[in-house]
Amino acid sequence: MNFQEIKNRLKSRSIGIAGCGGLGSNAAVALARIGIGKLVIADFDKIEESNLNRQYFFYDQIGKYKAEALKENISKINPSVKVEAHTITLSPKEIVELYKDADIIIEAFDKAEMKEMIAETVLDSFPDKPLVCGVGLAGWGGNELIKVERHENLYIVGDLTNETGENDPPLAPRVGIVSNMMANVVLEILLGKDK
Amino acid sequence: MNIILNHRNEILDSEKDSLSVNELLKLKKFSFTRLIVKINGKLVKREFFDSASVKENDNVEIIHMISGG
Repeated sequence: MNFQEIKNRLKSRSIGIAGCGGLGSNAAVALARIGIGKLVIADFDKIEESNLNRQYFFYDQIGKYKAEALKENISKINPSVKVEAHTITLSPKEIVELYKDADIIIEAFDKAEMKEMIAETVLDSFPDKPLVCGVGLAGWGGNELIKVERHENLYIVGDLTNETGENDPPLAPRVGIVSNMMANVVLEILLGKDK
Repeated sequence: MNIILNHRNEILDSEKDSLSVNELLKLKKFSFTRLIVKINGKLVKREFFDSASVKENDNVEIIHMISGG
């Protein structure tokens, strides 16, 4: 498939992204670059300087709401992508409302309890909708440990074991790998297997 | 009891014909607090961890959710 054919197939597709931090901002940009039709992004938070070690924002955006700033950045990369940005704390009710029409949902939260909440909500409310989760991305190195595990419509991407903490922070390279692998899983679902 | 746990055959050391999800987690010493459990492809919500049962030949998936993003 050439790139024009790929773009033609992606332009009618909508992806929900829950969280605009390290995983969400990078996965969103990857999908925007290749011409996804629509992104529905959501995050409650504002950009802090400490986020810039991995998240797709710029120094002059510190203090802005992440969802709005990400929308702005995507429009500079590929203005043909429709972006619906929500500054909101996602609960099960909002997840169902915002993502009911999405072809695929990307889980890009930070906290384990939020990851559990969205997985439970999506598997319960939309059992046929693919959900791609990022699990295990702390620290550096260990490229060979990062993988994709499939449980029917639930895809888990990451090393599955390394939780972030004071001495195992999330850093651009590993967060970038996991988020781009998540975007790559989305493509494989939408376009079919290539490799 | 024989089950499939995360795509692998697993022999559980239990005299019972069925186990609740919480009993299975305890038996397997799964200590992560945040997880998603599926039995035969179907989600088991946390509120049913004491009542949902795992039986012989069931396909059980237990996915740990850990922080970082």
